[in-house]
Amino acid sequence: MKKYICFFKLRFATGMQYRMATVTALTTQLIWGLMECLAYRAIAEASGGKMPMDYSSIVTYIWLKEGLLVLFNTWAADNDLFAMITDGGIAYELCRPLSIYSMWFSRTVGARIAEAFMRCVPVLFCAFLLMPKAYRMTLPVSGVSFLLFLLTVFLALGITVTFCMIVYMLCFFTISPQGWRMVLTGAVDFLSGNVIPLPFFPKKYLFLLELSPFAYMQNVPFRIYSGDLMGGDVYLCILKQIFWLAVLMLLGIALWKKAEKRVALQGG
Amino acid sequence: MIEFQDICKRYRVARREPGFGNAVKSLFNREYDIVNAIDHISFTINEGEMVGYIGPNGAGKSTTIKILSGILTPDSGSCVVNGQVPWRDRKEYVRQIGVVFGQRSQLWWDIPVIDSFELLQAVYSISVPAYRNKLEELTQLLHLEELLKTPTRQLSLGQRMRCEIAASLLHDPRLLFLDEPTIGLDAVSKIAVRGFIKKMNEEHRTTVILTTHDMQDIEAIARRVILIGRGQKLMDGTLEDLRLTSESVGSEGQSQETDIDHIIAGLYAKLNIV
Repeated sequence: MKKYICFFKLRFATGMQYRMATVTALTTQLIWGLMECLAYRAIAEASGGKMPMDYSSIVTYIWLKEGLLVLFNTWAADNDLFAMITDGGIAYELCRPLSIYSMWFSRTVGARIAEAFMRCVPVLFCAFLLMPKAYRMTLPVSGVSFLLFLLTVFLALGITVTFCMIVYMLCFFTISPQGWRMVLTGAVDFLSGNVIPLPFFPKKYLFLLELSPFAYMQNVPFRIYSGDLMGGDVYLCILKQIFWLAVLMLLGIALWKKAEKRVALQGG
Repeated sequence: MIEFQDICKRYRVARREPGFGNAVKSLFNREYDIVNAIDHISFTINEGEMVGYIGPNGAGKSTTIKILSGILTPDSGSCVVNGQVPWRDRKEYVRQIGVVFGQRSQLWWDIPVIDSFELLQAVYSISVPAYRNKLEELTQLLHLEELLKTPTRQLSLGQRMRCEIAASLLHDPRLLFLDEPTIGLDAVSKIAVRGFIKKMNEEHRTTVILTTHDMQDIEAIARRVILIGRGQKLMDGTLEDLRLTSESVGSEGQSQETDIDHIIAGLYAKLNIV
């Protein structure tokens, strides 16, 4: 366990090495969040208040999404790992007495939590206190829903990372990571509710989407927090999260076992 | 200690004629060549030996190191190191080996070297006192005091290589594989690295296998030399044997060269392995 915590700490340290990057990312996220709030306001006014989520839930959803962006986005997968696969740097990783899957898994989780930690504090601070009143984030609807929110955040992070692991493993078979990354991460971004919250999807498609793992990433915790998802549905979602986490992890491990046998080290 | 028996490793290499037309054609019909990187190579190395593994570029040196490190699985043959098969139980096996790939880095680019070392301490589950002792020893021998707190990206190549070698030895391996450890280093760093490797061998009886193109490395370090070319083992003996081979292969005393680089270049040419 200690080794995995060490990967986490190291990524944390790496994240803190570049201060300017954090500051600029923060600015972008605040402006982007505010823009989204305004856009949904326009939609709310145009639709006469008939929206699949109420407006304050949407605002909270947006700020949580901005605050925890790095936890759940798939497009910011670890570039070092892709580089290691394509240029043969993985040679050193293979000299370690650890399984590649668990090493990379903890490394990715560590990186995401570390960066999210640094970003969510200032973003949420602004979202709670500095934003104009109508666009302020609200507190969770209840203590229980906050605890469920925390639990589902971790499960959702697990699903997101196991999904990224599958993308890494696929790169062993194609050498160039570009194709897989573009298609998979673009699709996930949309299907997991990062662009528009899932309740805004047409019912027909939403039904299909709920059969996939994507509906159990950020969608679940954000909607629990604001009370949009309540009651028995919450527990059903948690069960499905656990199911997808296990399935994606097993799939990733199986892919790694296959890749390990055919690892070729590029670049001499 | 190391029994390397009749190992073969083939690579499939995609080839095509130059030009756009052929690039398009290769989308549909790709031609592959099979390259024998290692072709029935065998050798035995005893504990505490220092062996230089030489041969021209593409001879199969790095492939051998990678097989010995458990990274690559050979197509045929058997290899037993200390009673273990490197690629079969990789995770267990790698605890006793240290590897340096001269052309790659194992240190984290953005953060101080010492942080990378501490990660390795955790990865290899090294106890705190053992880690402290080893770190102190390595710091002294490789003159790392100044470097440990610097981010890797700001080290010079020679400084980085000293840190890389230290990183590979933190867990006190019994075997050390060095794949071109002196590549690109200046004279001072080269001498420091050579001296250090020798010392590790003398003090800890670490078995060392190193590949290099720098014959002075071999002269300084290795008592035994294995020469390979085109995936085959051509000679296994002392540096003196190598000189003799060079002379016997050459016709009518051509080899009046005394410079080791010229002797080797001549030998490669005569054996037709370049």
